[in-house]
Amino acid sequence: MADQELDASGLNCPLPILRAKKTLNGMEADQVLHIIATDPGSVKDFEAFCKQTGNELLESKEEGGKFHFEIKKV
Amino acid sequence: MEEKKLAIIATKGTLDWGYPPFILASTAAALGYETEIFFTFYGLQLLKKDLDLKVSPLGNPGMPMPMGMDKWFPTLGLALPGMEGMMTSMMKKTMASKGVASLEELRELSQEAEVKLIACQMTVDLFEMDTADFIDDVEYAGAARFFQFAGESDICLYI
Repeated sequence: MADQELDASGLNCPLPILRAKKTLNGMEADQVLHIIATDPGSVKDFEAFCKQTGNELLESKEEGGKFHFEIKKV
Repeated sequence: MEEKKLAIIATKGTLDWGYPPFILASTAAALGYETEIFFTFYGLQLLKKDLDLKVSPLGNPGMPMPMGMDKWFPTLGLALPGMEGMMTSMMKKTMASKGVASLEELRELSQEAEVKLIACQMTVDLFEMDTADFIDDVEYAGAARFFQFAGESDICLYI
């Protein structure tokens, strides 16, 4: 279960990443953020975001036309 | 992980060219880069409190025109009065409908993420610009100040 949820539906690059980063800033280490997005570019972007920031991408999937990501804060 | 550095020079003052510096700077900051933007010449327009930036179809054959307008308005037609304003408002509407952030929002997010904004003092003097028209937290300096940071940067972009 995620500790926090961020709905970035309808937002385009780079807003989903910026909002996610901001939300993660207010979270504790090991907490999980669930992000919902509609921007198809966000799939590669969240992968790259996690690789570069050290946060862990637990899940990345498409469901019902939306993209869902679970990120564990480092 | 040692912090990487991104240095950007922003030289253009149109709506379309205003986006890349702030998109890249805010994203880099989110990725943990220490980021600075040096605004010079027309790029200084991006620091105004009231952003009144336009996009010009003139001399820009790559700009997508709605409804095949480019066929009806060849180059000379694009110079007609009102054309720039029309293209600007259409561009803004399209961006908002696609969930693209406004320039003001991206600029704010950049500042929140501690992106440092530096205005070229020489250009301010040259064009007799009033710094009261600019947003707060802008540093005024010259080329040498830019190199102090750019010389240590991992990425340096001229936009």
